[in-house]
Amino acid sequence: MAISNFFFKIVDWKMLKRACKDSFYKLHPCVQIKNPVMFVTYIGAIISGIVVIQGISSGSFSFFNFQITLWLWFTVFFANFAEAIAEGKGKAQAESLRKSRQDIYARCIRNGNEEKIPACELKKGDVVVCEAGDTIPGDGEVIEGIASVNESAITGESAPVIRESGGDRSAVTGGTKVMSDRIVIKIISEQGKSFLDHLIHLVEGASRKPTPNEVALAILLTSMTIIFLLIVASLKGFVVYSEFCSGIHQTTATLPVLIALLVCLIPTTIGGLLSAIGISGMDRLIRQNVIAMSGKAVEASGDIDVLLLDKTGTITLGDRMAMQFIPVCGHKTEALAKASHIASLSDQTPEGRSVVILAKKQFGLRAVQSTGAKFIPFSAETGMSGVDISIKDQRVSKIRKGSLEAISRFVEREGNCFPSEAKEIAEKIAKQGGTPLAVVEDKNVLGIIALQDVVKHGIRERFSELRRMGIRTIMITGDNPLTAAAIAAEAGVDDFIPQATPEIKLKRIREEQSLGHMVAMIGDGTNDAPALAQADVGVAMNSGTQAAREAGNMIDLDNNPTKLIEVVQTGKQLLMTRGALTTFSIANDVAKYFAILPAMFGTLYATNSFGPLMALGIMNLSSPQSAILSAVIFNALIIIALIPLAIKGVRCQPMDAQSLLKRNLSIYGAGGLIAPFIGIKIIDIILSWLSLV
Amino acid sequence: MDISDFLFLFSYFIILGISIPLLGGFMAQVFQGKKNFLTPVVEPLEKWIYRLGKIPYQKEMTWREYAKDLLIFNFLGLVVLLFLLLFQGHLPLNPEKKGNVPFGLALNTAISFMTNTNWQAYSGEQILSYASQMLGLAVQNFLSAATGMCVAITLIRGIVRRQNACIGNFWVDLTRSVLYILLPLSIVLSVFLMSQGVIQNFSDYAHVTTLEGAEQVIPMGPVASQVAIKQLGTNGGGFLGANSTHPYENPTPFSNFLQTLAILLIPAAFTYTFGSMVGYKKEGWAILAAMIILFTACLSIALWAELAGNPTLDGMAFLEGKEVRFGIVPSILWGTATTAASNGSVNSMHSSFSPLAGLIMILNMMFGEVVFGGVGAGLYGMLMFVILTVFIAGLMVGRTPEYLGKKIEAREIKMAILAVLAPSAIILVFSAIACVSKPGLSSMLHRGTPHGLSEVLYAFTSAANNNGSAFAGLNANTAFYNCLLGLSMLIGRFMVIIPVLVIAGSLGVKKYIPPSSGTFATDNGVFVILLIAMIVIVGALVFFPALALGPIVEHLLMISAG
Repeated sequence: MAISNFFFKIVDWKMLKRACKDSFYKLHPCVQIKNPVMFVTYIGAIISGIVVIQGISSGSFSFFNFQITLWLWFTVFFANFAEAIAEGKGKAQAESLRKSRQDIYARCIRNGNEEKIPACELKKGDVVVCEAGDTIPGDGEVIEGIASVNESAITGESAPVIRESGGDRSAVTGGTKVMSDRIVIKIISEQGKSFLDHLIHLVEGASRKPTPNEVALAILLTSMTIIFLLIVASLKGFVVYSEFCSGIHQTTATLPVLIALLVCLIPTTIGGLLSAIGISGMDRLIRQNVIAMSGKAVEASGDIDVLLLDKTGTITLGDRMAMQFIPVCGHKTEALAKASHIASLSDQTPEGRSVVILAKKQFGLRAVQSTGAKFIPFSAETGMSGVDISIKDQRVSKIRKGSLEAISRFVEREGNCFPSEAKEIAEKIAKQGGTPLAVVEDKNVLGIIALQDVVKHGIRERFSELRRMGIRTIMITGDNPLTAAAIAAEAGVDDFIPQATPEIKLKRIREEQSLGHMVAMIGDGTNDAPALAQADVGVAMNSGTQAAREAGNMIDLDNNPTKLIEVVQTGKQLLMTRGALTTFSIANDVAKYFAILPAMFGTLYATNSFGPLMALGIMNLSSPQSAILSAVIFNALIIIALIPLAIKGVRCQPMDAQSLLKRNLSIYGAGGLIAPFIGIKIIDIILSWLSLV
Repeated sequence: MDISDFLFLFSYFIILGISIPLLGGFMAQVFQGKKNFLTPVVEPLEKWIYRLGKIPYQKEMTWREYAKDLLIFNFLGLVVLLFLLLFQGHLPLNPEKKGNVPFGLALNTAISFMTNTNWQAYSGEQILSYASQMLGLAVQNFLSAATGMCVAITLIRGIVRRQNACIGNFWVDLTRSVLYILLPLSIVLSVFLMSQGVIQNFSDYAHVTTLEGAEQVIPMGPVASQVAIKQLGTNGGGFLGANSTHPYENPTPFSNFLQTLAILLIPAAFTYTFGSMVGYKKEGWAILAAMIILFTACLSIALWAELAGNPTLDGMAFLEGKEVRFGIVPSILWGTATTAASNGSVNSMHSSFSPLAGLIMILNMMFGEVVFGGVGAGLYGMLMFVILTVFIAGLMVGRTPEYLGKKIEAREIKMAILAVLAPSAIILVFSAIACVSKPGLSSMLHRGTPHGLSEVLYAFTSAANNNGSAFAGLNANTAFYNCLLGLSMLIGRFMVIIPVLVIAGSLGVKKYIPPSSGTFATDNGVFVILLIAMIVIVGALVFFPALALGPIVEHLLMISAG
């Protein structure tokens, strides 16, 4: 588990050291200006520093101003540190990915000859050969052969997977290793644009663009910073007037104090942690082995309210099993079983095998080598499979099994009509959630094989969880409406699309979107690509085709479709963390006012040493200097204290919006009001104990 | 408080409560173009106006077109009023031969009435002719109120409409606001007021000799017609300098009751209009609930502070600056209503209130005039706070925020925050300038005390939030204040209206998103509390330091002295 393992260790000394180093690099003004809230703090720290230095040169060094300056720099540094920690995880990850790409040679076929060239010289459209032990030099599609491939470099899963030409398992990824056999691969990605490159970029956070919600929040935070700037600037005017009124000549509203007030008021908590939240949101997905192509996709997944899921493999175990032979028109059960058995002998699909097993179990039928039997494989066009057996007189006996529609077409072509008895039985099976398979010998319908798909254990609970979160699930299936309805009822999905074709899927997604829903879809096949591209969140299976992988905006490396539930949770968690910390940050300001304002205004209109505005000092802090310094220290330390929350995200339980809102409001809203009162008081006690002020 | 005070408050809220669905429902009908009981009378007149003005009244406008027409119309109104004031000496309807109004004052007054502020740096009976009052100020009273209503309606349309860039026709909304709502209500109210003794004439001022033998000039004029729209349109500019403390503007307790009711009538009904037009009445009730809770809280604090008496005078009642005809409770109710609802008319002098009651008056305006607020303006101001609340709450439940099915994204946030913070920024900056500059300081009546700061703070808060009431004491008719206050009024009006129109346009083109259990409801108690918290926290965070040095320290000084 190359990717996953790494994240289990949240704290890592090497990483901390590196984050500290990065925090210093981030002090560059070009980096700082990208975050307006922290930039104001940064400028404040510089100005306050200048005041201290001026004080030294004029021989009136103020230890108080020095401490304020120091803590302002800590505030900036802590915000850098939060970002560096979040990025550090990605960087370490990217390094290990890069290693898997180095020193690879490709056996490229040019003009019919095999040449050995460095992988970095490969171009799109080149054809390369890989044999057991070779590392696949680039993203491509298998055009010839079948091989088992170890994809642990990407997925962390060491069990090899099968990759073969044609079908839905043809995509291979550069950096993975061929374990057996030989495949010929057509390279389909340009150098530097391969999946691995993309992955490295993503985990490094190099190509991270702010998401729409992040932009909106940034606007809010910037506006708040501006208004607080005006508040503090205008306050200077009001203080000057009030000092004139009370005949005071020495002001407490000095530049460093005003800067301290400003930095305490502007939302530094959320401002300092904002990018860390975004980066770690992406990381959390990677930890679940889901690669999001953009932060936007992660965020969108939090808004999903319609989820399209394939029935097979997601809702059900996937393999339909033959459960029963039901003869019609007076045929014997054994005759039906025998015909089904012969027709399925060469059928390697799970259904085919299950028919053979059932026949063996019920009637002890064994596989016999029948000469002159020609297997007719299943084709989507005919909708059936079977066998042609030559018997004497050049006559051929045709046995077919397939869907009702296909068999009834076949029978009608042979000049007979499909018995209504069979139809009734088939309907009954379908209603119970099974799949009827009709078996015909020449033109006589022998009977029906009842196939049953088994709904996964616990899936019902997952869906009701989703419903609580406001997400409607729609099952997509190729089954007929009756079967689909029965399985839908058993699994507890909200809706289903029977007999789904790519066009139907696409149409349904568009319909839902036009009603204003946000749609997520999971798919793997090439025929899913249009729907994946249309969906707001398209999750492609890593095992899927290249077309599907390119169409989706997320890739699930584990090929586990129920993963989407976690993806949605992560998306929601991302927004919630931002919302919670914003609320916390704003609520904090109340306590800071009650700490700093009495300290600043205390001497105004004073008849003795206690001015009337001392009454605002409900925290009863030891001295004005200590009050101001405590607020600044609290403001800096809270950033460090909240880094784990920013990186892990707030706890997200599946519950409806109303209870979630109440819960988060009481924790982060009310908590944000109360916490600083306690925190500032404690810091004040420590400061006066250390007699620092 | 005695039983009559309780009865007064009780009947006030009951009658207001009954009027909300009646008037609100009627206004919804008017703005949706539905037939109503006034249609047979008004429609011919309405159609005639459209024909006369060659108005393509069936054409819908985008927000840009709407904003353009609105701005041009308001600008023309400003120019006409300005010229009327500048040349009133040469115009008829001037029995007292009033001279032309000086440019600074004329411009300030024109801006003031065009922006629905009705800040008065003059005394009506001393400066203005009847023509200026009736053709100038009264006309703008109607039109500025109607402008506010238009903007509110476009925002509602933006929320209701789906994937539609058009937000209505400005001329139709304007005409309907005046013809169906403001004019009929004003006519009814002025008749009632005249029955109570409010004067309505074009006579010369009366010259009388008092019992002591002194010569006294008693002003006359068409007062009743102007008082009605002054109260209904949340304008507040009095015909006479003393506003509704003057017996000719507000003679009896009954006229006082009616005028107090008229202040909140349309702004309160607008919440119902909103709920009715968006199709969820509960949404309107939720907004009304937030307003009422804030209003009653402020009213209670002000009443408590005022009734507690002055400790420095052995707990004597604060009766300075109040009409004994009305008494403390009706004066405080009027004061709270007029500051909450950006009206600005007064029946007592706010400067003489106890410091805490004075603080409440300022705070009411500092909330951004969203507790009822101006006609239309209160609703759209409140909806800006709703957007911000929805955004924060949406993040807290992990969803891109949406309100009534419309996604709230970066653009809406940008505009909403601009609308909320622009007036606040103006108040802070201009008040601070006034506090440290010579021309700013020289106008203060109570220079050298915290009350002087309150005066300045009140003036700029009143102007920037288009309230128009004055704390009294401050001599605002100077070049410095005429200019800065005029600028505050313009910014406070249009830096809100334009963002609101932008939001109306941008919401209109959005898709409607049906609610699910993942969406949080905006029509229940949790949301109302959150909305109130948002308004109070934004107001408190922005103004707490300034208020601490003004009314709060005044209060603390008063307590410590007593």
